[in-house]
Amino acid sequence: MRSLLLLALLTASSAFAQPIRIGELNSYKVFPAFLEPYKKGMELAVEEINAAGGVLGRRLELVTRDDGGTPGDAVRVAEELITREKAHLLMGTFASHVGLAVANLANQRKVLFVASEPLTDKIVWENGNRYTFRLRPSTYMQTAMLIPEAAKLKKKRWAIVYPNYEYGQSATASFKRLLKQAQPEVEFVAEQAPPLGKIDAGAVVQALADARPEAIFSSLFAADLQRFVREGNTRGLFKGRAVFNLLAGEPEYLDTLKDETPEGWWVTGYPWSEIRTPAHQKFLAAYQARWKDYPRQGSVVGYAAVHSVANAIRRAGSTDTEKMVEALKGLEMPTPFGPIVWRALDHQSTMGAYVGQLARKGGRGVMVNWRFADGANFLPPFEEIRALRKD
Amino acid sequence: MSATSILLQFLNGLAGASALFLVAAGLSLIFGVTRIVNFAHGSLVMLGMYLAVALSEVVGFWWALPCAALAVAGLGALIESVLLRRLYRAPELLQLLATFALVLIIRDYALWQWGPEDLLGPRAPGMAGAVTIIGQPFPAYDLFLIAVGPAVLGALWLLLTRTRWGTLVRAATQDREMASALGVNQRLQFTSVFALGALLAGLGGALQLPREPATLKVDLAVVSDAFVVVVVGGLGSLPGAFVAALLIAEVKAFCIALGYSKLTLVVEFLIMALVLVLRPWGLMGRMPAPARGPAALEPPLAAPSPRVLAGLCTLLAALALVPLATTGFTLVLLTDMLVFALFAVSLHFISGPAGLHSFGHAAYFGLGAYGAGILALRIGAPMELSLATAPLLAGGGALLFGWFCVRLSGIYLAMLTLAFAQIAWSVAFQWDAVTGGSNGLIGIWPAPWLASKAAYFWLVLALACAAIALLWRALHSPFGYALRAARDSPLRADAIGIDARALQWAAFTVAGLFAGIAGALHAFSKGSISPESMAVARSVDGLVMVLLGGIQTLTGPLWGAALFTWLQDALARGFDYWRAAIGCVILALVLALPGGLGSLGGLLKRQGRA
Amino acid sequence: MSVLQVSGLSKSFGGVHAVRNVSFAVVAGELLAMIGPNGAGKSTCFNLINGQLTPDAGRVLLEGRSITGLPPRAIWRLGVGRTFQVTATFASMTVRENVQVALLSHARRLPSPFAQAPRLQVAQADALLAQAGMLDQADRPAAVLAYGDLKRLELAIALANRPRLLLMDEPTAGMACGERAALMRLTASLARASAIAVLFTEHDMDTVFTHADRVIVLAGGERIAEGAPAKVRADPRVREAYLGTEALDA
Repeated sequence: MRSLLLLALLTASSAFAQPIRIGELNSYKVFPAFLEPYKKGMELAVEEINAAGGVLGRRLELVTRDDGGTPGDAVRVAEELITREKAHLLMGTFASHVGLAVANLANQRKVLFVASEPLTDKIVWENGNRYTFRLRPSTYMQTAMLIPEAAKLKKKRWAIVYPNYEYGQSATASFKRLLKQAQPEVEFVAEQAPPLGKIDAGAVVQALADARPEAIFSSLFAADLQRFVREGNTRGLFKGRAVFNLLAGEPEYLDTLKDETPEGWWVTGYPWSEIRTPAHQKFLAAYQARWKDYPRQGSVVGYAAVHSVANAIRRAGSTDTEKMVEALKGLEMPTPFGPIVWRALDHQSTMGAYVGQLARKGGRGVMVNWRFADGANFLPPFEEIRALRKD
Repeated sequence: MSATSILLQFLNGLAGASALFLVAAGLSLIFGVTRIVNFAHGSLVMLGMYLAVALSEVVGFWWALPCAALAVAGLGALIESVLLRRLYRAPELLQLLATFALVLIIRDYALWQWGPEDLLGPRAPGMAGAVTIIGQPFPAYDLFLIAVGPAVLGALWLLLTRTRWGTLVRAATQDREMASALGVNQRLQFTSVFALGALLAGLGGALQLPREPATLKVDLAVVSDAFVVVVVGGLGSLPGAFVAALLIAEVKAFCIALGYSKLTLVVEFLIMALVLVLRPWGLMGRMPAPARGPAALEPPLAAPSPRVLAGLCTLLAALALVPLATTGFTLVLLTDMLVFALFAVSLHFISGPAGLHSFGHAAYFGLGAYGAGILALRIGAPMELSLATAPLLAGGGALLFGWFCVRLSGIYLAMLTLAFAQIAWSVAFQWDAVTGGSNGLIGIWPAPWLASKAAYFWLVLALACAAIALLWRALHSPFGYALRAARDSPLRADAIGIDARALQWAAFTVAGLFAGIAGALHAFSKGSISPESMAVARSVDGLVMVLLGGIQTLTGPLWGAALFTWLQDALARGFDYWRAAIGCVILALVLALPGGLGSLGGLLKRQGRA
Repeated sequence: MSVLQVSGLSKSFGGVHAVRNVSFAVVAGELLAMIGPNGAGKSTCFNLINGQLTPDAGRVLLEGRSITGLPPRAIWRLGVGRTFQVTATFASMTVRENVQVALLSHARRLPSPFAQAPRLQVAQADALLAQAGMLDQADRPAAVLAYGDLKRLELAIALANRPRLLLMDEPTAGMACGERAALMRLTASLARASAIAVLFTEHDMDTVFTHADRVIVLAGGERIAEGAPAKVRADPRVREAYLGTEALDA
């Protein structure tokens, strides 16, 4: 498929000079639910850009690789992209530890790395470096987006469940800290940290119920979320309790819940069918025309990531790494989610997310009562970040 | 905790135990009769899950369960009669390799057939809801599961004690040679036992339909759980497997209930390590009957001939010249190959000549890598010092774990090494302050004078070759002789004054130390280290490298490591089903070259003469 | 003084008396045959002497020093060589390497990880192999040897520590008639020349009565007779123990 596409592009645009190569690596096999649509989003963006004459008169070319989901393999793949494929920059990665390892390699090899998806706060803060930029709202930002609603409920007893690795741990830490700030009398009565992908849902649900919380904060996703929801529904865990779940509104994860979608949960996500902004309408139409499928959260990330790279190169007027780095700092650009800024301070984009509640509609889950949360409003003060970053 | 919650958590544990028992019982039966360590057992479970999900849309939920189980049983029979039958006479680790190839192929088949996304099945019609137990809701289906475990145990017991087939299976489990001497039709017996084991695996998977989604990651996770249960219970003991499944599932449920959910990562391995240390043959297992006659008809491990030595030196010289020709990706790949070659040679050192099959060698690779990272990042030691000291951490770990491991032998030893590796992994995964937790340690780069790819490659080349040469030299030293002697005949070794345990302990430590060198070199070449580098998959990679190359040859692990690393890189780049491709390569090699790549030379020589 | 002095040796397995109150002695240069029907306790006796089993009661003295309860490898170091009923050799190593390992162990050089083993103790190994008539097969893997050759290899291994006492469990099983005699003559001459005490079991009565200096007879774990071959052969208790077997007249 990809080679066919490249072939078509080659013949269609042989007039271009040397293409600009984006070396993209991701854990396609490990997190397919998110990354398949992500790839489609990227390819759509590349086609759009090339159809409009490319960047700096040069064709944009994607070289994608599977990073195997482990830092060791990812670093090897990244080296391969840099040296053998002569990629002008690196893009991609999903899991925190893979993203951090590639970011570190980028710094070592002095190559631009646009981390499209990894959510870890560290990639732009504690472990931030000159050559690494991140597109998606981080764990901290998405957690912060849920805090206003969580604090409004004035629930005192909270239970927490999260997948036991960086993303879940930092979501939990941020949530506890931010909620405590907003509502000092809050009490965290239970904490469950099942291994990623291996939740023993029955026992976890029972243990949470035993703690008699008034509200629950969860950062489970994918298969863990599915199991948690099914057991929780059966055992009546969610009855009369407010539940907050990061990412659960993303079609990737929401769609699998079907008629079991728990109503009333507060989530971050992407209500793709309801967003009526012109920027999103245009993206939606193009995506559906190209792929005969609706976009997922990953589609938007892949699409916006490629456009970010293209805009940075245009602004830099070159594919020189240092110039691209400088061009990305402070770059303002449109995305299907609205305009974003690539912050010069910490290389984080201000891309936002949608916050809303889950509901069932025709046997499937949807987001209702949603609002757009602009990422720029959910970041800690500059001084705090400056203290974290070492450069 | 109230009494009600204790009861409910106990029931949760029982429900979990049932599924675990079914899978473990199948594995135990297959191992008992065929002596095959069926790595693909988890893949059969996975197929059972996928098939049940797919079939439930066609024939309905309740019919889907037996249909899926029967389909998997049929596949089991096919696997046994087409593939495994050809391998019963091969070294046992080769059978392991073949079943591992099946894991890769079946996983990619599932990917191709059902796509990469997790599939959660429908709820069970008639048992979708909850029943109230002392005022608390409990899933009705879980009660059904709780009944299934003992029912299957009872059915198996009747089958094994009340039928002629069962009597013969029990005879074969206790004494394979005797059973075959009694004129049992082994072909039929092996095929039927494998099919029954697969049936149980398929059923165990299918029963999870409403509880667990079918995912591609199930295979290795399930098979390692099942191994743990079988070993804790005692190989070949079905009641043992039942008790072990119960024990592990209950301990897990109560870890969660008491708020120690993080422990569930590792608790089964802690239990296994404890059981194996205290009761080396499992809770209800018996000491295995000693193998009769020469255990392995291995050719003598000849010192490399002058021609081979000359060839290796030429190769070394050629490698040393590579950076003059290119500083590109070739160097990265060659560096990886050398690191893994050292890792594979260190694993071969203990699993080949010393006869200690390790399923957890990655622990020492990881300890070396983490040692380097911790020294460089947390203590701020210079890179050279970190690199020199880190392997000592790996050696120290091997010294500690090895003391327990060398007390066991065979599959029990292998499982204890696995348990220790998992424990080490979970420590690395959870000890944020020191190991960086799930992210690992980031920013471990070589000193400036070694920072260029060429310089680092030369360093790796020099160190890896020196280390490999030392290990080879050791194999042809009196120490190496004594190791092989203790492997070939513990009885004779003891009767000529050889303290086999002490020697094996030393060998285990040495192998750990050298794996640690590989790990430290790896860390500095990648700039980071994460828990994956000591996970089961890395241990299995090591085994595959050794077996691909040929465990009975000296240089085999080198070729195995090089081929595996190259295949992984070359195939992963352009091909979605690269795992299956590697699996097919492995199967082809296993069937065509049972001695591994390293035996190719000898084979060609013989053919040339003929 | 006797090289081996066994007194009151007893061992039972779960209530079955495998060996009960057995006493005997072997002097240097002497070949003592231990005979008895199957299950008489011969192998148990051997295993008690060389340390594979620990006796319930009784003492084993080697040159006046108690070796009761010591592990086999310690007993070997004190000068006890042993061959097994079912041969135990190192199958994946060559015949010469088999002997080299034993020699290296005797020389306490096994822990050495750097020395080049193929070059060590070669002359001594070849001398032992020549003695046992195995030199021409020195480079063959032990795995491919014929059974009789394995027995000879075991003898060579057992001699590597210049033993004071040689325990040979059915040394000639699987050999042709001429080979048996040759091996026993060799054993006898070695015993005389190096003052080695030899204790052996044997099923072939011809071999026993031809080569043994003395014979001890076990039945049901107990000693029922001991003495010169001719005397033992004539003993009615021995004939009774072997009743129904043709062994004594073979």
